Amino acid sequence: MTNRAELTRRDILKSGAAVASVTLASGVTLMAFGGTADAKGADAGKRWGLLIDAGKCDANCNDCVTACSTENGWGHSDHGTPETDVQWIRKVTLKEKATGRTVSAPVMCQHCEAPPCVDVCPTGASMQRPDGIVLVDKHTCIGCRYCMMACPFKARSFVHEPVTDQKVGAPRGTGTVESCTLCVHRVDKGRIPACVEACEQAGHSAILFGDLNDPESPISKALESYPSIALRDDLGLNPGVRYQNM
Amino acid sequence: MRLILLVLALAFGAPALANDLLPIVPTAIGDPHPEGNDFMRRNHMDMMKHGRDLTLREGERDIDASLGQCFDCHAVVEDGAPVTYDNEKHFCRTCHDYAAVKVDCFMCHRSTPAEDDLNRAMAKPEDADSIAAYLARVAEESQ
Amino acid sequence: MDRTIYREIKATPALWQLGGLMIAFILAALWSVWTVEHHGHVITGMNNQIVWGLPHVFAIFLIVAASGALNVASIASVFGQKAYKPMARFSSLLAITLLVGGLAVVVLDLGRPDRLIVAMTTYNFSSIFAWNVLLYNGFIVIVGGYLVLQMMRKVDARWVKAAGVIAFVWRLALTTGTGSIFGWLVARPGYDAAIMAPLFIAMSFAFGLAVFLLVLMALFRLSDRMIGDAILIRLGRLLGIFAAAVLYFTAVQHLTNLYATEHGGVEWFILKDGGIFTALFWIVQVMIGGLAPMALVFLNPSRSSTMLASTLVVIGGIAQVYVIVIGGQAYPLDIFPGFEVVEGFNEGVVNTYTPSFYEILLGLGGVAIALFAAGLGAKVLRVLPTNLSDANVPGDS
Repeated sequence: MTNRAELTRRDILKSGAAVASVTLASGVTLMAFGGTADAKGADAGKRWGLLIDAGKCDANCNDCVTACSTENGWGHSDHGTPETDVQWIRKVTLKEKATGRTVSAPVMCQHCEAPPCVDVCPTGASMQRPDGIVLVDKHTCIGCRYCMMACPFKARSFVHEPVTDQKVGAPRGTGTVESCTLCVHRVDKGRIPACVEACEQAGHSAILFGDLNDPESPISKALESYPSIALRDDLGLNPGVRYQNM
Repeated sequence: MRLILLVLALAFGAPALANDLLPIVPTAIGDPHPEGNDFMRRNHMDMMKHGRDLTLREGERDIDASLGQCFDCHAVVEDGAPVTYDNEKHFCRTCHDYAAVKVDCFMCHRSTPAEDDLNRAMAKPEDADSIAAYLARVAEESQ
Repeated sequence: MDRTIYREIKATPALWQLGGLMIAFILAALWSVWTVEHHGHVITGMNNQIVWGLPHVFAIFLIVAASGALNVASIASVFGQKAYKPMARFSSLLAITLLVGGLAVVVLDLGRPDRLIVAMTTYNFSSIFAWNVLLYNGFIVIVGGYLVLQMMRKVDARWVKAAGVIAFVWRLALTTGTGSIFGWLVARPGYDAAIMAPLFIAMSFAFGLAVFLLVLMALFRLSDRMIGDAILIRLGRLLGIFAAAVLYFTAVQHLTNLYATEHGGVEWFILKDGGIFTALFWIVQVMIGGLAPMALVFLNPSRSSTMLASTLVVIGGIAQVYVIVIGGQAYPLDIFPGFEVVEGFNEGVVNTYTPSFYEILLGLGGVAIALFAAGLGAKVLRVLPTNLSDANVPGDS
């Protein structure tokens, strides 16, 4: 595991090359530096995902959106309009054209296995963690918005005005693109995403969170037992967010 | 001009004069860095950049060199509240203004101490919002 | 026939005035960029539904026109048409300046233009956008070298031809890349079509030649030089063929989409129900920018027909890029096939876009950069021939 004492010991001034190799291939290099199996960080063996049960989602409830906005500090713009405001997660109410049946569900970044936003990003700022969470590295995002053009789910937002007083866990700033992080700052500390928590507290438990790679996890079992769909499944992106009872 | 004076002052070994010209670093609270201030002054940017890439891209959160942690000790309080980077008294700005180095951190990061330290520590299994407790609840429900 | 002599253009008062006007436009664009930087993109007409706006329309037009502006040089060097040779140097110069103008607009519209260095040093090679950065930079280097070879004395013509071939292949790759920025967007029904690449190549031939003709005629008039009717009529006819090629690829693009039921929605939107986009498509792009110039140059070939046709192709071209870029985003994504969105976040509705003053200034600033640089180049470099009157244009062997 890497910690500050180790960084210091390695005399980072001299280790320009080592810095790069640590970043590029953390697992390998960290071992070389004496890291062991207790190396922390995103676990490549996991794939975090959500299963949204539209049958349990209440059309009049917006708690997941509110919780996300509070947790990550978005949603209070000074000069924006609904068209320019960011939206990490949104509630949609749909009517089936053939039958007239209505259904409601939240839509957020679908954390695709083959994310188009990552493919198109010119600088590699749009990225996927080893555990499948898709993020924007705002240190290298130049604000070109090509990922927004490429996203089939309209999951990404461009920050249209200066931001202050950000949350520690969710840095965000003007001129860069952002989207749902699956509350990566909470997940890394062993906590569930804010929307999942809010939905459970609202008594709906419509959002099931878990590890898609673990066949014993509740989410994998639910997916195995009941039919579910992925949005725009025709694109073959294998999203980490799936829907039931749509 | 100030730079020339500084160079002259250092060249002629006039520590008193140099002290007057150097920025006054706001005092911090908490324990001093084990590496020493000289090391931190020279290397803090590398440590943070290093940590930033590991944290963001690999999910490593125990590096103990995060920007947020700086403000645990290095917050300048004015009128009862920590000042933001907009204020020239901000800890980072005292030196960076002096050296005319523009930092890009605070376009996105908050420049004041965290409002809480909820997500600092690993969740304990008994915490209601921990993944462990959550999965136990889900398992119970589905039975 | 005299030998072709290249000379810097004279600094006439009219040239100075035009240069001053261009500088004013460039300054206005910089002011606009500074203002948008300060306030964020919230003050522009772009939003989270229409993420690319008027700046991108101008930028793509300029970039596409840049590779097409090289046509004349390519025809001279690669295809050996002697009549075009005297204009080859300026053709190369204009290609570079148009590209620089277009890239300036793209870069200055970035959310973080201060991070240009990141875009230039960090590449994600699965991104066609990153490849385009390399293609654009390469184009400037290659066409720059080609221009130098053309201007050097006692260079073997084979070297010029070799450079011309490389530049020609590169410009085809560049326009393929630019078209693929849209063609490879699988998620959006308005794009997602391989034909975008050849369509953009046809567009570049037409737009580039039109811009080249307009700038050439303007500079010749400003510097009191002669340009003959025959060469202009000939170039006008070529423009007519290119305009026809654009119409052809446009027709194939839309017919293919119409045939696929899943793309019917976006097709009827552009062709029939899209309001401003439908009007721009049929009236400005097809009629004014396609059929009218063809009629002019084929039915009434003349000097003034070429000039008017070039102007119309430019107008139609901007409309076409507008329809592609903005129209493609205005039509909603079909995230929930089989469902109608009752309530959502700008879901399932046509997105509206009204360009702001800032975006118009930035776009025009890009045009001004291209024109100013081209004029400056002609002023300080020997790229323009002193005489292009018909008697002085070399005939083809």
